[in-house]
Amino acid sequence: MTLIQEIDYGTPASKAEKNVTLTIDGVAVTVPEGTSLMRAAVDAGIQVPKLCATDSVNAFGSCRLCLVEIEGRNGTPASCTTPVAEGIKVLTQTERLKQIRRGVMELYISDHPLDCLTCAANGDCELQDMAGAVGLREVRYGFDGDNHLKAAKDESNPYFTFDPSKCIVCSRCVRACEEVQGTFALTIDGRGFDSKVSAGMDEDFIGSECVSCGACVQACPTATLIEKSVIEIGQPEHSVITTCAYCGVGCSFKAEMRGTEVVRMVPYKDGKANHGHSCVKGRFAWGYTTHRDRILNPMVREKISDPWREVSWDEAIAYVASEFKRIQAKYGRNAVGGITSSRCTNEETYLIQKLIRAGFGNNNVDTCARVCHSPTGYGLKETFGTSAGTQDFDSVTEADVVLIIGANPTDAHPVFASQMKKRLRSGARLIVVDPRRIDMVRMPHVEASYHLQLTPGTNVALLTALAHVIVTEGLADEAFVRERCDWDEFQDWAAFVAEQHHSPEATATITGVPAETVRAAARLYATGGNSAIYYGLGVTEHSQGTTTVMAMANLAMATGNIGRRGVGVNPLRGQNNVQGACDMGSFPHEFTGYRHISDDATRTMFEAFWNVPLDPEPGLRIPNMLDAAVDGSFKAIYIEGEDIAQSDPDTQHVVAGLENMECVVVQDLFLNETANFAHVFLPGSTFLEKDGTFTNAERRIGRVRKVMPSRSGMADWEITMAISNAMGFPMQYNHPSEIMDEIAHLTPTFAGVSYDSLDALGSVQWPCNDAAPTGTPIMHIDHFVRGKGHFVLTEYVATDERTGPRFPLLLTTGRILSHYNVGAQTRRTGNVAWHPEDLLEIHPHDAEQRGVREGDWVRLQSRSGGTSLRAKITERVAPGVVYTTFHHPETQANVVTTEFSDWATNCPEYKVTAVQVSPSNGPTEWQSHYQELSEHNRHIAEAAE
Amino acid sequence: MSPDRLIYMANQIGKYFSSQHRQDPVAGIANHLKKFWDPSMRRTIAAYADQGGAGLDPLVLQAVRTLSVTHL
Repeated sequence: MTLIQEIDYGTPASKAEKNVTLTIDGVAVTVPEGTSLMRAAVDAGIQVPKLCATDSVNAFGSCRLCLVEIEGRNGTPASCTTPVAEGIKVLTQTERLKQIRRGVMELYISDHPLDCLTCAANGDCELQDMAGAVGLREVRYGFDGDNHLKAAKDESNPYFTFDPSKCIVCSRCVRACEEVQGTFALTIDGRGFDSKVSAGMDEDFIGSECVSCGACVQACPTATLIEKSVIEIGQPEHSVITTCAYCGVGCSFKAEMRGTEVVRMVPYKDGKANHGHSCVKGRFAWGYTTHRDRILNPMVREKISDPWREVSWDEAIAYVASEFKRIQAKYGRNAVGGITSSRCTNEETYLIQKLIRAGFGNNNVDTCARVCHSPTGYGLKETFGTSAGTQDFDSVTEADVVLIIGANPTDAHPVFASQMKKRLRSGARLIVVDPRRIDMVRMPHVEASYHLQLTPGTNVALLTALAHVIVTEGLADEAFVRERCDWDEFQDWAAFVAEQHHSPEATATITGVPAETVRAAARLYATGGNSAIYYGLGVTEHSQGTTTVMAMANLAMATGNIGRRGVGVNPLRGQNNVQGACDMGSFPHEFTGYRHISDDATRTMFEAFWNVPLDPEPGLRIPNMLDAAVDGSFKAIYIEGEDIAQSDPDTQHVVAGLENMECVVVQDLFLNETANFAHVFLPGSTFLEKDGTFTNAERRIGRVRKVMPSRSGMADWEITMAISNAMGFPMQYNHPSEIMDEIAHLTPTFAGVSYDSLDALGSVQWPCNDAAPTGTPIMHIDHFVRGKGHFVLTEYVATDERTGPRFPLLLTTGRILSHYNVGAQTRRTGNVAWHPEDLLEIHPHDAEQRGVREGDWVRLQSRSGGTSLRAKITERVAPGVVYTTFHHPETQANVVTTEFSDWATNCPEYKVTAVQVSPSNGPTEWQSHYQELSEHNRHIAEAAE
Repeated sequence: MSPDRLIYMANQIGKYFSSQHRQDPVAGIANHLKKFWDPSMRRTIAAYADQGGAGLDPLVLQAVRTLSVTHL
């Protein structure tokens, strides 16, 4: 194993189609027009010394090291800023250039500490390398003059330090923040000798707008910005390519290692989802993998009030099998089930659903996509024919209009947000549909043309109003619709949306969005060129979530914005493997590849391969399981990687269901909230300890590679296999690659996927089969998967969750950049520095009416329950709307959310809860009670001597 | 499982299919229940419909009665 060193070409690649041939140091090289001399030299196998250039940012021409000579031209131009030209002859090594470079380096080093042997970047420092490359042997100026050697270090960021004494003011960090991340948090403050890198308004890093993505650290050629883990551990000696386990962007990373210890995670330039960029979670927040709270031994208890008892793996597996068999014998085959998670690999998810369908003998399997993107599956399958987004991420580079609805990409999908912001900075227009003024509405160099700040719960009314404008103003793409869609259905739909009660003027009273804004946004979407829709849980987590998904599909079809680059309908998946969990057959009604279990041909195939008869009837969904548990007919559950007691709505109902079961098995990293009600705890593995695959929001299947041994001794797939074997349904795999081979064999859209093909291609987007051996970046190009595109009538049905005198405000919930889902991972990292507790965002008007000041404790009460948390007064929310996150169990935001759910899929309506907010003295009685219960139920008995 | 919850869910489904002009709403509702509801849920709602089905919207009641004959 070696450290993967990616080539730094110095400047970005040119996209020109015309080629140019030139000679560099006598070597002929042909490159696209617009390529820099520096990059062309790398192509010719020649390294030109450089410091301020790196290929993730545009050329800057400040360091004066990369000078070259060009035959017939005067001077010594910088190779980074000089483009190639046909027939020119370039020299990179002449006596004149040597002397200039040595002089430049001498000046740099005259104001740089000479502590290379004890410097954390020793061995990975471009300044050190360049001193060697130019043959620097002395510094004639001495160190007695003015210098920056005593400049104070900024160690405020939890993950990296900023040491200005080592800074050469090359601006790579500033440019990375601007061009790669798009935050513009850094600048060069001062002029000349006083020039220095400054975060925000000369603040420390933690107090500035810096989002800690680490692009600056990655770009820094010295030890000025460096990971604290490198300072602590030393330089890595080998690296392994793997896929991030946080959000649905699915970034590729190099896990840079020293032995079995992670030194740092570096985003991989060849990663097709992230192109070498990352966010604070993926790059830095992996400390949870070795956190002291990890549970590493299996544990069992008869009653949830008993202390946990550590047992052997054999005993734990045998106990699970005997309990599930006992319960099925006593209460019936259907009294048990299981839940997979989007945090599991595809292979783990596949095995769980196989265990349940074939081993338990029922279809009571569901996944946490139930509570996030299940309406996407239903809605896009119904309209287009497949349950997935239509584009790759790179497609956004060709979008002219971006419509973001119910998503907050800078917080929840930050790396894709950076790519989107880059496109917006270069001219694409933006429409934001969101009850909150999310960052994308207005931030440095990005401003939405229209922000449709609608009342929560009114998406369908708004989207149908947009359609009304498109149809009644003649903006539909009739030629596209006639060719690609069912024309009769379209005409019905057009007549429906044209009805007066769907007009922006009529719906303004429902949505709260002025009619003229809706009309302008509709015109822009329909006529602005390539229009692309990106959406999130603000669409799906509603009682009409599925209808909203179909309404967006209608808009895309009606305007011809589907089936090519730059357009489409794109779900931004919340967790890392939401797409994969859905693909792998973990919904109760369908096998892998979204084939219904009642389909005889498919079921027969699985029956033959698994050698067991399968139930042709759908099983219970998660909320159905909990309802049945409360009613007493559902008695045991196997949960891998999901914390339903914190993440699912109406916590008291969830808890009642869990408490009513006789055997709850939790397989996870930590004693999470659900484990408070568990009888068996099976310690799982982190993504760093496992082999497998994740599938991101663009259908991209990427490899997860084991970089360290499993700390608990059994891989997650091995645990599921052991349970199955103990239950009497034999499974035998030697490696997750064999599970993927089985998936590919049984799933037409995965037929071409194997670990070998993933190693060869890096990653691949399904469908991947004989028809598309290298995958399918864009779907529905010539025809929809279902044949003709299907228009659906989208009548607005108001949610039954209504405000009134008792609960006059609407609560909507979401997430924040620094935390991931229930926070079990990120709360055990330095990310708590940014978000140590959940806060309630409330508009100044609503706060003043209630006598609430910034930071006050407030009670948030709905008809489901109440919790207390601190208030944050902000105009990001409209009057009448409040917002909070669900990352901290001390708050338990879901004790407030209700049982209302999407009509088609039972996806909970997290985004609309009628609440009241009032001043409070601190935690509620329920919170205090829960805290006591939680502490008691987490107790682990001392091991016997 | 509590009939109240199932009644509410079934009526939600009914509202969607009732708005689709080109489909038979009764068939649409019945098909949705068959494709996505566990048999025990279908049995419960069917039994409830057999007792009169108070609270079920008329089209939903029709669909559930169809279901109770053909899909249990």
